[in-house]
Amino acid sequence: MKNYRADFPMLARRYQDKDLVYFDNAATALKPQVVLEALNDYYLHHNANIHRGPNFLAEEATILYEEARQRVADFIGADTEEIVFTSGTTAGVNLVARSWGEKNLQPGDVIALTRAEHHANIVPWLQLQASRQIKLQYIEVKADGTFKPESLAAVLTCPRLRLLAITQASNVLGQFYELENILAAAKARGILTLVDAAQSVVHHQINVRQLDCDFLVFSGHKLFAPSGSGVLYIRAAVLATMPPFLGGGGMITEVKADSFSVAAGPTKFEAGTPNIEGAIALGAACRYLQTIGQAEIFKREQELSAYFLEKLASYPWLRLLGGTQNRLPLFSLVITGLHPHDAADLLGEQGIVTRAGHHCAQPLHDSLGISASLRASLAFYNTEAEIDYFFASLNTLRQSFQN
Amino acid sequence: MDIYARNILDHYQRPRHRGVLAEADASFHELNRSCGDDFKVYLKLKDGLIEAISFEGQGCAISTAATSILSEFFLGKAPAEILKMDLEALRSLLGIEISFRRQKCALIGLRALQGAVASLAPSA
Ligand SMILES: Cc1ncc(COP(=O)(O)O)c(C=O)c1O
Repeated sequence: MKNYRADFPMLARRYQDKDLVYFDNAATALKPQVVLEALNDYYLHHNANIHRGPNFLAEEATILYEEARQRVADFIGADTEEIVFTSGTTAGVNLVARSWGEKNLQPGDVIALTRAEHHANIVPWLQLQASRQIKLQYIEVKADGTFKPESLAAVLTCPRLRLLAITQASNVLGQFYELENILAAAKARGILTLVDAAQSVVHHQINVRQLDCDFLVFSGHKLFAPSGSGVLYIRAAVLATMPPFLGGGGMITEVKADSFSVAAGPTKFEAGTPNIEGAIALGAACRYLQTIGQAEIFKREQELSAYFLEKLASYPWLRLLGGTQNRLPLFSLVITGLHPHDAADLLGEQGIVTRAGHHCAQPLHDSLGISASLRASLAFYNTEAEIDYFFASLNTLRQSFQN
Repeated sequence: MDIYARNILDHYQRPRHRGVLAEADASFHELNRSCGDDFKVYLKLKDGLIEAISFEGQGCAISTAATSILSEFFLGKAPAEILKMDLEALRSLLGIEISFRRQKCALIGLRALQGAVASLAPSA
């Protein structure tokens, strides 16, 4: 693969006298120059509110915003009419819970999740559990990261199941889930499906037609775009039946003193002035990734993963959470004799940025019987040399704790 | 932050007063889930002063060492001293810089002790 490091200005950052080693990509990815330029270009040349006002700036901004919607739609194989711009994954799940959920769910209905969900795909459903008396059922996860078949079967045959809301990749175990069969089984029963693609979309080419899900959510900031940008895909036929969530400008066709009518299409869910520059920059990020080629990126990440796993094998005091098959370049480690929080802090002193904690997946950590782990999450711009430096630094650190 | 300060590493590796205190007058559980720190402290008083302190649970080097150091420091002192201690005082007791990102770790033991004191009957 060509070297793309020069595209990411942050990689030139230093901490004290150390190079930055950025291994926290699953928390948020670095932004390439083209994304920063898209942001700059918007504010330097267009700065306008969209969908209102017949002036040329508003027209330019609207065109850029709608072009971004097209880019995102192309990126995941959807129609533009199915792409709702949100502030991120969390906002997308909440929108589905409040709009679709509150309209359709009856007391006793069941929503199924996996044990590997991020809090963003748990808490909105817990809120509905409290307000609508629905029930949650979990697909349990084995130590190797895969689903327990009997638990999966129990969920798929649950009589009151109405929605399967499921992650496509765990932000802790690194496991990537082939969801096609599970989603097809749910669909065959008339059950709607939501896919949390926050982690997976960065590493795998996604096609919503092939997945055949009803909802799919992800965040811009993990996909090399700005924070506060994000996408909720809704299958067109489902979108048409959903009531709006937030009310305000932009989501209506007409407002009278005592009534309003709702816009058709995704703008129904985009009340108020949206994060215009964020959406435009997210479009630029999608184009950037397509220019490199997602297959290229995948290949490079697989090389990095294989290298990381090979190095890891020589340290018996490091335990990797999850299995080694179908893995993102994301590694959560339990370290004998070193608390993850100390490790992350002290690696930071060497310029290495990682994350420690439960990574917003507390139920998963509870089920694994651990309180915290150290996570190194890589992107295609990381290198073998950085992996060497990471392990060498961790080794030195651990030794200094042994004396 | 200097985790390698001798004092800190020593208390991390050999925490003082670890365990459950039988017949404690107060106990308090303090949790910092996002880091994975989890401590329960026990207090026993005699004649209005702290006769014994213990703690159980687990956490990082900073949280463990700070809790251990506090468990020595407050012995024989009045419970009100626990309530009075702030980050500044804790910093000088630990003898190290406490970076912003580690404040929660450094404070968890103190917060637990303060919770235990607050739960004591006003007359105690
Ligand atoms: C699997 C998964 N889902 C959801 C989220 C939440 O994303 P955001 O905070 O951008 O809404 C994350 C982010 O860490 C994630 O990893």
